[in-house]
Amino acid sequence: MEFKTSEYAGTLLVQVGCTRIDAACAIQFKDAVRDLADSEQDRIVLDLSMVDFLDSSGLGAVVAALKAIGPNKTLQLAGLTPTVKKVFHLTRMDSVFTIHATATDAIEGLANAS
Amino acid sequence: MRPERVQETPSSPAHKIEGHGRNEVRLILPATPTAVRRALGSLRAGLCAQDLDAEELGTIELVLAEVLNNVVEHAYENSGRGTIEVRVNTGDRGLYFTVQDEGKPMPENMPPLGSQVPQDCDIADLPEGGFGWFLIRELVKDLFYLRVDEVNKVTFRLAVGNLQNTV
Repeated sequence: MEFKTSEYAGTLLVQVGCTRIDAACAIQFKDAVRDLADSEQDRIVLDLSMVDFLDSSGLGAVVAALKAIGPNKTLQLAGLTPTVKKVFHLTRMDSVFTIHATATDAIEGLANAS
Repeated sequence: MRPERVQETPSSPAHKIEGHGRNEVRLILPATPTAVRRALGSLRAGLCAQDLDAEELGTIELVLAEVLNNVVEHAYENSGRGTIEVRVNTGDRGLYFTVQDEGKPMPENMPPLGSQVPQDCDIADLPEGGFGWFLIRELVKDLFYLRVDEVNKVTFRLAVGNLQNTV
């Protein structure tokens, strides 16, 4: 699972480098996000703009990561591509996560919480 | 459904097809997550002759991923054994899919209803599964399940492509 991280004041921005989060890689994804909880930053933003496919296993992995990260940190999402956005919308998971249109928005604080 | 095997034959747009089409895309795959991932790529290529936009292809891929991964996880219980057969036909009202396996029957002899996120749900109580069948049921039409002679057969339609009739 390829993650590229960069730190801003209080925020760890994580560029997810894979194009799919599916049943074949959901467990690795979940473990990799959980490891990010060791970061000193309180807010973790997953930039999913390279992910063009996410199925229910991938969605479950994102939810598991949210739980694993604990109550003292925030996990937010940015850059959802159309099919990924559809999965979050249909399952109403877009009411659980703060979702930013782009990683830049997330960093500049232009939260587009839906 | 015609029994003969016709692989990835592009249909002529001028040819109007009644009900199930004569051009069939058919695929048999081992019941593993990596084989499912490869099969989705092949089916995407097999359907490229259809007049489908990116959103429709995304929907097809999502629905098939959910149906196939459910077979891998539940019908074959992640054993890595068994095969899945997928057939796709073009018709006047979209694409018609048939997915067959020889694994365990569905619980209560019907496809599960699935679930979405409950309103005002605490993070600690969020479900991590059960979304697959919810997504399938939201996106497909005419979903049927049959268990005959130890075979699970799921059929459904996706209202995509050049629809001849209003759905």
